Amino acid sequence: MRPAFSVLFLTTLIGSGQGLLIALVTAQFFFVIGAGKGGESGAFYAVGSALALVLLGLGLVASFFHLANPQRGWRAAARWRTSWLSREVILIPAVCGLTLLYAGVHWLDWRPVLVVFANGKALDLPMAVGFAAAAVSLLLFVCTGMIYACVKFIRQWASIWTVVNYLLMGLASGFALAAAYAGLMDSVLRDFLVADALALTLLGMATRLYQIRRNGHARLRSSLKTAIGTHHPQIRQITQGFMGQSFNTIEFTAPGGAETIRGLTVFFTLAGFAAPSLLLAVSLGGTGAMLLVVAALCQYGGLLAERWVFFAAGNHVQNLYYQAKA
Amino acid sequence: MTKVQLALVIDLNVCVGCHACVTSCKEWNTSGWAGPLADQNPYGADPTGVFFNRVQTYECGTYPNTETIHFPKSCLHCEEPPCVPVCPTGASYKREEDGIVLVDYDKCIGCKYCSWSCPYGAREFDPIQGVMKKCTLCVDRIYDKTLPEDRRKPACVLACPTSARIFGDINDPDSEAAKAIRDAGGFQLMPEWGTNPANHYLPRRKTTMTLHKDELVRADNPLKIEGELPRPKFNAPSIDDLSSW
Repeated sequence: MRPAFSVLFLTTLIGSGQGLLIALVTAQFFFVIGAGKGGESGAFYAVGSALALVLLGLGLVASFFHLANPQRGWRAAARWRTSWLSREVILIPAVCGLTLLYAGVHWLDWRPVLVVFANGKALDLPMAVGFAAAAVSLLLFVCTGMIYACVKFIRQWASIWTVVNYLLMGLASGFALAAAYAGLMDSVLRDFLVADALALTLLGMATRLYQIRRNGHARLRSSLKTAIGTHHPQIRQITQGFMGQSFNTIEFTAPGGAETIRGLTVFFTLAGFAAPSLLLAVSLGGTGAMLLVVAALCQYGGLLAERWVFFAAGNHVQNLYYQAKA
Repeated sequence: MTKVQLALVIDLNVCVGCHACVTSCKEWNTSGWAGPLADQNPYGADPTGVFFNRVQTYECGTYPNTETIHFPKSCLHCEEPPCVPVCPTGASYKREEDGIVLVDYDKCIGCKYCSWSCPYGAREFDPIQGVMKKCTLCVDRIYDKTLPEDRRKPACVLACPTSARIFGDINDPDSEAAKAIRDAGGFQLMPEWGTNPANHYLPRRKTTMTLHKDELVRADNPLKIEGELPRPKFNAPSIDDLSSW
């Protein structure tokens, strides 16, 4: 499949935005249950979630570049009953709204207690909004992953691992960003977030590499036999019917071919997972934010390459019909 | 199976790969009210363009024992179209009344997601209008009352010089299309995906005839002069039981 840069930026940007938001909510919860000493100021969460909002917003802007008729984009919410794309279109603004709300209540430091539990712990408004925002963010990860996982005509995409990887890579990049942010703010959360980011990055690397391995022996369910309904063991295409290009030969092929995919796979494994893991591990327990910022930026670049490979490696069934020109 | 399902039945045994259906389709559908089927760089080195119908050619076997198959391909108007539920706007839909799968060009946002969900590569994106396009089964002419009744057929069907394309309701057992599917072994493309395409293809058929040597030269051919017959023996059996002389 042709990797469209609008979609690459959309999925990676909203992925790290959602991840950052979930990281902040997790960090807040970490204090609420009393696992960490002290706490963070409302401004810390507010600025952090404002950063998440910027990422989500940029992703939304990128998504509009994918639409040929963006002025009708609002119609895309219509078919949420059947279309994962439609569900995503509904959930992106929902996540944006909840993120704004989360940033707002933290900024105003408005924390009325909603529920007091039997053990004396209390659920206040910022935490409740945070839970809602994190839950909707997780749902959005599922929707984004399912958009690709439900395309059964692309074997490389049509598995649960697509959803798992979208989730883990989004979380990893978001937590890495949150760790860098905590480092810059000299927050007590720094090590907690660095450790989380490290664990998620390693887990994400494992599942992504597993998916690549799995795709290595994925076989097409269709063949030229079923494509043209001729039961001959030896069929070849003489001509696809035209000598120029068409949508079918442009949209469903990636520039560069297998060489580029292999090269970029090595690149994203190093830049997106290995190098950030190393940088995160090195800065665990230390101070300073420089390494963490480098880790987060390096990882984002790597994950952008990963998304490119994800698209380029997808081989659509329709390509059976477009193999030869004459 | 009482619902009407209009479709094409394409006889691969008859198709000669002349592309008349391709050009007539392009001509009709680029001139319609829905706007042109855009071509980009049509006279340049690397032209692209939108077509609803393509004729491809395949070859089976190895030379000299080969067989050429000309294979027209357009939207198959699946009875379970995978391209319809994925559309986020509802622009891609299947008509209740006749089963034609259509795109509402006024609702399409051009996200191309439907084309990813078609295993046949039947949809082609129009970059000028920014909407997805596909075969409409000439919905703008098959119901046109201003046309004589026998002309109310898709342009490709009317253009086909060998009558390889049959148009009709495949759910009506008396239609020519349904009869062709039933009697000539009509099949669907890629049945493994459960899309249940409405368009069917008729297989190539081997037309052979076994001739024995004595059928080439008839021993008792009265019209063939093969020289004077030898005189029979005097006492050979004869009609009057007297003599064959």
